[in-house]
Amino acid sequence: MAAPTTDYAYFPGCSLESTGIAYDKSLRAVFRALGLGLHEIDDWNCCGATAYMSVKETVSFAISARNLALAERQGPRDIVAPCSACFLVLAKTRRFLQERPALREKVDEALAAAELSCECRARIRHPLEVLVNDVGIAQLRAAAKRSLRGHRFACYYGCQMVRPERYFEPDREFPMAMDDLFRALGAATVDYPLKVRCCGGMQMVTNEPVGLDLTQGLLDCAVSLGATAIVTTCPMCQFNLELYQDKITARAGRDLHLPVLFFTQPLGLALGCDPAALGFEHQVVPVPGDSLTLAEAGS
Amino acid sequence: MAARSEQSTQAPGMLPQSERVLREAFLQQVERIPGGEKLRRCIQCGTCTGSCPVSYAMDLTPREVIARFRAGDIDSILRSRTIWTCASCYMCTTRCPSGIKITDLLYALKRISMDRGIHAARFPVHVLSESFVRTVNRHGRNWETGMMERYWRRTTTPVLGLVNMLRQAPLFLRLRRHGRAHVLPKRIRGIRQLQAIIARAEQIERPVESIESKPITRRVGYESIGS
Ligand code: SF4
Ligand code: SF4
Ligand code: SF4
Ligand code: SF4
Repeated sequence: MAAPTTDYAYFPGCSLESTGIAYDKSLRAVFRALGLGLHEIDDWNCCGATAYMSVKETVSFAISARNLALAERQGPRDIVAPCSACFLVLAKTRRFLQERPALREKVDEALAAAELSCECRARIRHPLEVLVNDVGIAQLRAAAKRSLRGHRFACYYGCQMVRPERYFEPDREFPMAMDDLFRALGAATVDYPLKVRCCGGMQMVTNEPVGLDLTQGLLDCAVSLGATAIVTTCPMCQFNLELYQDKITARAGRDLHLPVLFFTQPLGLALGCDPAALGFEHQVVPVPGDSLTLAEAGS
Repeated sequence: MAARSEQSTQAPGMLPQSERVLREAFLQQVERIPGGEKLRRCIQCGTCTGSCPVSYAMDLTPREVIARFRAGDIDSILRSRTIWTCASCYMCTTRCPSGIKITDLLYALKRISMDRGIHAARFPVHVLSESFVRTVNRHGRNWETGMMERYWRRTTTPVLGLVNMLRQAPLFLRLRRHGRAHVLPKRIRGIRQLQAIIARAEQIERPVESIESKPITRRVGYESIGS
């Protein structure tokens, strides 16, 4: 692998320290394998998520901006935010601060209370987009040590990453970046029509019947298409899809159990990372052990 | 809030006083949304409703929300379950042919509804947001265990709350077993700094207008709102 060419600031987000810890482990492993720098923002705080944004506007932008300010101090690097919700909130904060001078003034004033200031230059990036655009699928394929042959993924993009802040793909109805990536690495991907349909997010907590309906639809479709796993880009999507499978199987009257992975886990396998470093022990719906042992790439 | 009798005695084309006040507050919020003014251009095509994954569970569809606003009836929107059923998935906003920021408009309506205390105190979405905000204000990071514990306790009566909490125990234990839940919160070092930012921002934000409003019901849960 070439010497590090690119360095990124890293905003893990609260979920990656708890429910989504496998995402944190596998993301770090992938970046390390590719020789990319990932510098965690020192003492970052919760971005506030949509829950905060819908209640107190100025406050939510101000606490989110603290992270941008702290990152700036550490150097002018793009900020990688793997949780779709953090990605959305940070990207929205940056854009609103750039487009709304009145809000900017208020946030600057709030930050000044802590002797911070923020230029808001650094871009907010989702790791999938970084890997596909900055590294490139061809490069990733060249760096692969193993083949994902035999895997058949349903690539699930969810909503927060694809829609509101327009990530890299012009097609917000049917993105293909993850599909293209895994196909290049030897896996098959199913033609998953619900790939950007919402899983319900926090509705699973506040309005469970609706949350279960939406998630059941996603699982049902993936199982019917013969997927061996659903691959996600967000800790909350992963959580909703994985942790309610018993309940959903019971209400659907058909077995809807299916492993749900973070895209960095199979990617890490392909790049030859040690499976033990990719957080598979945190799966509640286990991944069959033999599927972790892959054939050499190109064999 | 708008008494029905008041509304029925209005001259055609006139809005009742309370509706004018709500409208004022809403339009102030709309102004702050980049592109918010496109609201005028709704052609009532229903694309938003057709694209919404949860419109089946709403009492007013997203299209109707826009229609009611234009007909001068924010009051009924604020009392609907629609604003709380929205999952913020942005499908409507992405597809709207007139570029209307429906999701952000629903956020604005949520804020107005909360500012005015229109919903029951133990309404799930409020309690969740509030539990989340408290956790973040105190620790600087979210602590799911503490937040959810509070949520399950507070969304109902104390006794039922305990039952609710116990029903969540298997999920929690499962997460624990897989190393995915913390028993204790993690506090950031710069918590004082963060709290200073929050305090200052709260000062700046304090709503200018404050209008008295009685909660519509003391019932709890989703049954407490909408029709
Ligand atoms: S979006 Fe969620 S995970 Fe990300 S920082 Fe905010 S609360 Fe934490
Ligand atoms: S799919 Fe669900 S968890 Fe994922 S971003 Fe959308 S609402 Fe959030
Ligand atoms: S999609 Fe847009 S234009 Fe069509 S009804 Fe909804 S808000 Fe109006
Ligand atoms: S953002 Fe809300 S209203 Fe719009 S489609 Fe999604 S759930 Fe429906």
